Amino acid sequence: MKAITQERSRIRKTATRHRDGAALAAPSRGAPGSRARRTLRSTQWAAWAFIAPVVAYLVLFYAYPLYRNIDLSIRSYTVASFISGDAPFAGFANYSAIISNPTFAPALINTAIFVFASIALQFAIGLALAVFFHRNFRLAGILRALFLVPWLLPLLVSASTWSWMLNSDSGIVNAFLGALGIGPVDWLTSPTWSLAATTIANVWIGIPFNLVIMYSGLQSISGDVLEAASIDGAGGWQRFWRITFPLLRPVSAITLLLGFVYTLKVFDIIWIMTRGGPATSSTTLAIWSYQLSFGSLLPDFSSAAAVGNVLIIIAVLFALIYIRARHRLEGT
Amino acid sequence: MTVHASRKARAVGAALLAIGTVTAALAGCSSGGSASSSASGGGGTYTFWDPYPQYTASSAWANLVASCGTKAGVTIKRTGYDTTALTTQALLAAQQGKSPDILLIDNPVVSTLAKAGALTTTAQNGLSTGSIAANILDAGVINGSTYGVPIGANTLALYYNPKILAAAHVSPSSITSWATLTAALAKVKAIGKKGITFAGINTEEGSFQFLPWFWGAGANLTNLDSPQATAALTLWTNWIKDGYAPNSVIQDTQTTAWQEFQVGNVAFAENGTWQKASAAQMGAQLIQIPGENGGVAPVPTGGEFFTIPVQRDTARYATSAKIVSCLSATSNIVTTDNTLNYIAPTQAGQQAQLAADPTLSSWIAAVHVAKARTGDNLATKYPVISQQMWTAVQKAESGAATPAAALATAQAAATAGLSS
Repeated sequence: MKAITQERSRIRKTATRHRDGAALAAPSRGAPGSRARRTLRSTQWAAWAFIAPVVAYLVLFYAYPLYRNIDLSIRSYTVASFISGDAPFAGFANYSAIISNPTFAPALINTAIFVFASIALQFAIGLALAVFFHRNFRLAGILRALFLVPWLLPLLVSASTWSWMLNSDSGIVNAFLGALGIGPVDWLTSPTWSLAATTIANVWIGIPFNLVIMYSGLQSISGDVLEAASIDGAGGWQRFWRITFPLLRPVSAITLLLGFVYTLKVFDIIWIMTRGGPATSSTTLAIWSYQLSFGSLLPDFSSAAAVGNVLIIIAVLFALIYIRARHRLEGT
Repeated sequence: MTVHASRKARAVGAALLAIGTVTAALAGCSSGGSASSSASGGGGTYTFWDPYPQYTASSAWANLVASCGTKAGVTIKRTGYDTTALTTQALLAAQQGKSPDILLIDNPVVSTLAKAGALTTTAQNGLSTGSIAANILDAGVINGSTYGVPIGANTLALYYNPKILAAAHVSPSSITSWATLTAALAKVKAIGKKGITFAGINTEEGSFQFLPWFWGAGANLTNLDSPQATAALTLWTNWIKDGYAPNSVIQDTQTTAWQEFQVGNVAFAENGTWQKASAAQMGAQLIQIPGENGGVAPVPTGGEFFTIPVQRDTARYATSAKIVSCLSATSNIVTTDNTLNYIAPTQAGQQAQLAADPTLSSWIAAVHVAKARTGDNLATKYPVISQQMWTAVQKAESGAATPAAALATAQAAATAGLSS
């Protein structure tokens, strides 16, 4: 303790000497004030020059589109205003119109079911697989690589393949169910199953992402901790729930948040498989926004922008919850 | 104090930088806008957009376009876009003042672009519409003004597989009403084949395919929940329920429905003129879509319109009109329509097509009874109604609602959509 105090005072003294040295050296160089100020100014200019590209990039590609989307949603923007640029201010009329629209409630519920079911299953299966592969058995590398295939395939290919497999009349899934004596299920054409079908496809696509991140999270857990627990008599199940799972919490949190944002904006899989149908049974907010702006012959950009903004608000809300949870985690 | 000042300077600097960047961005936008006018005013070169990206620069169509340009004393720069992309592209171009001199666009989009103020009327551009059949021209007429001329028309009919009908002992000539058609479907089902395919998808294609039955029952687009409309939707729904139509029609596009027909297990397919060659290849033949109680059902017209978008330099319209007149002259339009599987919009054109290919007679007859979707002065009301109609069709087909309930909801939503 005494040694540390002595060391600290030595460092402090050296630092003071250096500072004094600098202060003493300055007058000997002459014309101190203006030159120092010039140096300061040029350093500041350089600093601004360095951040300018980032600011320009952020403003051009993030702030401006976001501003335009908000602006679009509070105006009555018709095809005529597309050309004349004259869109009357509508306040929150577009928002109240979309909320009272009969598609809003099903779209919101479908989005919630799709997002939470997808994330829960992707995360659970991804984590289970990560734990499984963490044992490093023979051929584990090859098998793990195979699990990454859905991630590497273009979404268009995955979704088209799923829609063929789930075809009512000639799909392989119904053929398999038929062999088991189960009658055909109208996966994509019945309002009861369409959302489930798209969720299954989305879970399959999302597993690799969860597997990769959770696997790397597991790598960072020291084997010693698990070994110590094992010596203390903890079983496999206890080791997982009491040690592995809590230690994975930070990785899990970011995986879930990223998964949430990715799933919230899923469009392609649903569009290719069901186009949000039949009727509105698999319409999510993202699908509805697209349908409003490009789905009919008469684009309704303002309402589509309002739906898009609702999605952004939901994503931001969950991001804030994540940040709060993280702060609390760091605080403890 | 110094710390305070430097923080202040930094804040001011950041604000200035942000404002500067935004101004630069806006300046970029506006300079883009002014550059556009000079681009469209380029001497001797006329721009031409069409929805035929499949025709390359060496194709007969591209050569015809180029030759019409030469005849008008200008060079044509042709660009082919995907049909769905072309609407957005045309709107964006109009927004930037960079519209092409001539735009060939799908007929229901004409009313949308006209409403946006992006197109000139034939009174402004001097195009002649005299010899064009009124029912085909109708898609380009909004509030009494005509916004273009059709390149040709296609429509829908019932293709049938003669082998399956023979096996099921069904005579095609016996199909004259919905009842006789449904009876034929039952006979086909009895021999283990599928009755009919159509596109019941929740897009404009779904409405396009449903219209012959909707109009064939005597229903009107301004009244989606009439008893006639309910009868039409009940017909489709029962076909699916009774197993006459495969369940996949709920999701089928016209292309996928046709592929199912091509496999050879389906007796009938509601499909368009564009499948003519493919039908001939598989030996499929054609009847008109029957009305509910007999007669021929009105069918919707498909096909594109030559339009002349608004330009700053109005002097360009005369040359553009010359080019369009050349492209739509009888001899040229017959060649083009044969390539595109269209029926010519004029009587002279149709006669020339018939003389060259007598099998076209059924299609020419179908086009004679065809109606424009945006007709009856619906114009831009049509997209709103159509969206509600295909939603109702989907609900009923999938069993989410009864035909009557689905159509009642659709009518209420269409009314609300049109009033907002």
